Order: sequence, then structure tokens, then C-alpha cells
Amino acid sequence: MQVSQSVETRPAAGEDERVAKTSTLHRLLVRPEMGALAGAIGVWIFFAIVAGDRGFLSPRGTANYLEVAAQLGILAVAVALLMIGGEFDLSIGSTIGACGIIFALLSVEYGWNIWLAMLMSLAFALLLGIFNGYLVLRTSLPSFIVTLGTLLMIRGVTVGVTRQVTGRTVVSGLDDVPGYDAIRTVFASDVTIAGAGFSIAILWWLAIAALATWVLLRTPFGNWIFGVGGNQQAARNVGVPISLVKIVLFMGTAVAAWLVAVIQVLGARSADVVRGTGSEFTAIIAAVIGGVLLTGGYGSAIGAVFGALIFGMVRQGIVFMGVDPGWEDAVLGAMLVIAVLVNRYIRTQAMGGRR
Amino acid sequence: MSAAAIDTGTPLLEVQNVSRFFGSVIALKDISMSVHAGEVMCLLGDNGAGKSTLIKIFAGVHPPSEGRYLVEGKEVQFGSPRDALAAGIATVYQDLAMIPLMSISRNFFLGSEPSSGWGPFRRFDVDAADRISRDELSKMGIHVRDTGQAVGTLSGGERQSVAIARAVYFGAKVLILDEPTAALGVKEAGVVLRYIAQARARGLGVVFITHNVHHAYPIADRFTILNRGRSYGTFAKSETSREEVVRMMAGGEELEELGLELEEFARADAASGARLSPVAAEADAAILRAGRELEADRLPTSDSVS
Ligand SMILES: Nc1ncnc2c1ncn2[C@@H]1O[C@H](COP(=O)(O)OP(=O)(O)OP(=O)(O)O)[C@@H](O)[C@H]1O
Ligand SMILES: [Mg+2]
Repeated sequence: MQVSQSVETRPAAGEDERVAKTSTLHRLLVRPEMGALAGAIGVWIFFAIVAGDRGFLSPRGTANYLEVAAQLGILAVAVALLMIGGEFDLSIGSTIGACGIIFALLSVEYGWNIWLAMLMSLAFALLLGIFNGYLVLRTSLPSFIVTLGTLLMIRGVTVGVTRQVTGRTVVSGLDDVPGYDAIRTVFASDVTIAGAGFSIAILWWLAIAALATWVLLRTPFGNWIFGVGGNQQAARNVGVPISLVKIVLFMGTAVAAWLVAVIQVLGARSADVVRGTGSEFTAIIAAVIGGVLLTGGYGSAIGAVFGALIFGMVRQGIVFMGVDPGWEDAVLGAMLVIAVLVNRYIRTQAMGGRR
Repeated sequence: MSAAAIDTGTPLLEVQNVSRFFGSVIALKDISMSVHAGEVMCLLGDNGAGKSTLIKIFAGVHPPSEGRYLVEGKEVQFGSPRDALAAGIATVYQDLAMIPLMSISRNFFLGSEPSSGWGPFRRFDVDAADRISRDELSKMGIHVRDTGQAVGTLSGGERQSVAIARAVYFGAKVLILDEPTAALGVKEAGVVLRYIAQARARGLGVVFITHNVHHAYPIADRFTILNRGRSYGTFAKSETSREEVVRMMAGGEELEELGLELEEFARADAASGARLSPVAAEADAAILRAGRELEADRLPTSDSVS
């Protein structure tokens, strides 16, 4: 008894000078999404000034960039979670095309019930996510390379099969399939506000972002995501099921790609094998602009929402400005570099200025 | 109370004539050692002596090639680190104890989050995590203002200490520390040694690996000295001097000369240190003081044993 008392009452060496004082402001500034929020406000103000009188500020203009942001945002949120978990998924670029084609082929060419065809394409996405995750875990190769492989494989097979069945690379006529109107209401309708049609995809985007934020910050699984991305070996040592976490995250990106495919196919009434090309990179860019570290272990879903919003505003804002759309890439590229620099600074601050 | 268990009753953890081979490499041969509740067993040895291999056997990373491994008197065969963890054997590795970008409370509960609800709706009780981690750390004498701060903002010693507090909280009976003080400065090492003493006071058995006799001697109750995969045996502190331990670590009787040489170095170091850097000298004095306090703490213990 004597022993434990004498030990416990003794204060630890140097307990005070080691604890950094953190003000509320400082804590707010080191949130991963702060840079993207500031960026989004800045971009909005910029286009409000240079293109405000050309429709950027109108309800229609707003609906316009929000729709672009929504589709990218659905992907970016899922990609952000995966990147926080320390992995990349490039295969989403061709998963969008493949899911769209499966959905359209089954319902248009093979006469499946449209809901069943949609569920079938979802099943494909889920299996693909499991496959990607399994392959990455099994080979311990960088997921960047592994999913680059699946990106190419899926696109190749999609083009091959679609040509074989239809002789073309586009499947159209979805609006003639029974039940089209009902399913379109859920995934691709517009909600009229102030005379402008706002895409329902915006609701999907916000709902997914809210869900992802809740999972990340308020569930054990979210804690595992940070742990796995921060240091896989350390997380394994304390009993985090690494494989489960990674496979679920890969399933998440595949399902996000599937949802975007369904939204696009129903909106366009046709599926095209090249749909989604390039979105594997735009989603990563949006996530990074949103404060996700390329090295994993740090970031937020809300940041990815702002990242996608910046993307949407730049893309449509440049159209409103009436300058050549080529400028879009220049602006986004510059924003990406700035974002990486800001992220590095925020990370240093979050670590208390060390390193 | 817990200290009375030393050398009486069943050891918490024991290996009998354990060997471990990697192909033709004999990493360990015929090692026997045990740890009791409320005792610090120091595992000493030079580079490549087999210390890490032995604790990996304890931790369930490697199965022993030969010999018996007993936990609380029952023979065990661990298939993975998770099995060892479930049996109350927690291992804190030097570099892999904590995740720098995650907050203290998130790190503390990583893998064992307090939650409410069921299935996919299981909620991570963040408030409970903050409260419990703060309380547990202050019980160990670690005071943090904000459990939301990133672990990367803590010093190396504090990180080790948080990992130790976590293992204690999650009901570890045996705490295995692989060179927790290796990369630390003198003061920092002192901080970690204090928490090892705390863990012992709470009745845990501790296996503490180090190269550094000056870290080992103040805190240890017994020493097991490994050399090139073999054991020189286990010694109680009361029957060995610091110098003898140094000599055995350095390679045994035949290397006595080296031991003397090392002492020369140590003396020369201390002299030049005092001349060149008053700060370092002060730190040295601090750890000596901490060491003496820790040894003093053990005195009532030996009284209670006799
Ligand atoms: N997985 C392995 N395969 C082959 N040989 C191994 C393996 N692990 C350890 N060894 C060998 O076993 C011996 C003991 O290594 P170990 O890491 O246990 O030493 P140590 O006492 O921890 O040394 P240090 O103080 O440098 O950490 C070394 O000769 C090492 O090369
Ligand atoms: Mg070692």
C-alpha cells in the first residue's frame, strides 16, 4: 500500500511545460477542411465579381454548378475516406462506365426489370470493391498501381462486351423501358426552387457527405480508418481489423461510382462506355483540395464536399465568364498545388509545429 | 500488496527451455525466465542477443521452436498478437506505439472504442473516450490539457507513457516494453521509468528490454541477461551489483577488460559532460536522483516481503 501511495502522489516530471496551449481559434484553423472552406468562399467571390452579371449568381447558375459539384462530390467523399485510410482507387473512372453499361444492357437489351438491372450493377460494384481490396491486401502492392490495372481491365472488358452485344459503344433507349419515370424520380429528377431546376443528385451528395462524416467522427469504424491510414502496423498491433476496413473502403468508392453511373445514365437516357473517364483523378484532386493528405491518416469528408464545390464553381464559372474552357484546367491545377501547400502547413500546425 | 507476490506463487508468464530457430540461425537456445505480478524483469543483452526475438515469442508474433510457454501456469500456444493481447499480455513497441496524427483519446481507444447502439449503428462515444483517457492518464501522473491534441505533439517519452497507460487500462497483466527508452534523452527516459514504476505499483508484471544498465538498474527487481542467443541466467538485484551486470552484458568473464574500459569511458564522459554542458550534467543528476527515489520506493517492498 505504502508503495503505491508514495508513487501516485508524486507529480510526473515536467508535466506542465510539455502541454502546448491550444486556443479555440487555433483548433479551428487546424481542422482539415478549413483551407477548402476558405478556398470555396474565395472562388465564389471571384466569380461573383467577374461573372455575377452573366448568370453565375442566378438560381439557374447556382443549380448549374451545384449539379457538377454533386456528381463529383459523391465520388470525392468516398475517395476521401479511402485516402484517409491510406489507399487510392483509380478504377472508379471505368467503374462508372461499366456500371452504366450493365444497367442499360440488362434493362434495354435483355428486358430485365429496370430496378433489378440497377441492383445487378450495384452487385457488380460491390464485388469489384471487394476484388480491389483483396488484391491490394494480398499483393501488398501500392493501390495506385493495382487499381490502375483494374481501371484498364474494366474499361477494356466493358468496351469489348458492349461492342459484341450491340455493335456500338453506346446503349440508348432507356426511357422506353417500363418503370423509367419512377426510377428517374429517385436518381435524376430536378427540384424546382426559385424557378431553377436543382438536381436531386445534390441531395444524394449532401446525404452521403453527412453519412461519411458521421461514420468518420462518431463510429468505431471511423477511428479505424484514421488508424489504418495513419500507421497500418500500429493499428494492427492494437487489434484493428485492417483487411475489413480496407475492403469496406474500396467497396465504398465502387458504390459511389455506381451511384454516379445510375444518375448519369438515367439523366442522359443512355449509357456510354467512356462515361466517367478522368473522374478517378478529379475525385482525388477534389479530396486533396478538401484537405485530405496524400499520405493518408488525415482529412475529412466535409473537406471533400468543399473541394468538389470549388471544382464545380470553377468549371461552370469559366463558362459563365465566356473565356476559353481551357483555362479551367489551369485554374484547377494551380488550386491543387496551393491546396497541397496549405495542407502541409495545416498538418504541421496540427502536430504542434513539430517537424 | 502486489509486491508480496514476488517469487511466491505462479508466475504470470514463464518460458521453460525455449529455443527459436530461423532456418539455420539459432536466435535463442534454452532460455528460461519468468515474470511475477508486481515485478519488473529487465531483459538485458547486446545487439543481436535475441531480446526482441524472445519478446516476440511472448507477444504471440513467433511460436517457440522448442520449449514450453506458460501463462499463469497454463501452457499456451498463441496464433497471433491478438491471442496474446486477449490473454492480458500487452506489448509496447518503440516506434509503433501510437499514431502521430490522431488525437490522444482516439489513439488511446483505437481498436477498443467505447460504443453504444448495435450493428452498423454502433456509435463511438467520443465524450466517454475523452473523459476516460484523461482520467486514466492522470492516474498515471500524466496531465494533458486537451485529449483532442494530436499525439505527434507529445514528446517521445510521453507517447510511450500514454501507450503504457493504455495497456494498464485495458487490463494488461503483463506489460512488455521493447527498448522504450532507447531513442529518448535522459529526462525523457526518466519519465518513462516512472510510469513503469506506476505499472508495477498497480500489480502488473513488466518485462523491460534495454541496452542501458543505467535505465535498467534503478527500476529492475530481477535481470535476465542474454548473450548471443543464450541466457547467463536470472539475477535478483540484491545479489548483483551494477558493475557485474555491465560486465555480463558485455560478454561475460572473458570480456571483463572491456567492462573496465567501458567504465573508463563512462567516467571520461561524465567529466567532459560536466565541463562542456552544464545542462547535460544537470539532466544526469536528475536521472540519478530519479533512480535513487525509485530504489528507495522498493525498500518498503522488501520489508513487506520479509
Ligand atoms: N525473422 C528472422 N529471420 C532470421 N533471423 C532472425 C530473425 N529475427 C531475428 N533473427 C536473428 O536472431 C538474432 C537475434 O535478434 P534480435 O532481434 O532478437 O536481437 P536483439 O537482442 O533484439 O538485438 P537489438 O538489441 O539490436 O535489438 C539476430 O542474429 C538476428 O539476425
Ligand atoms: Mg531488439
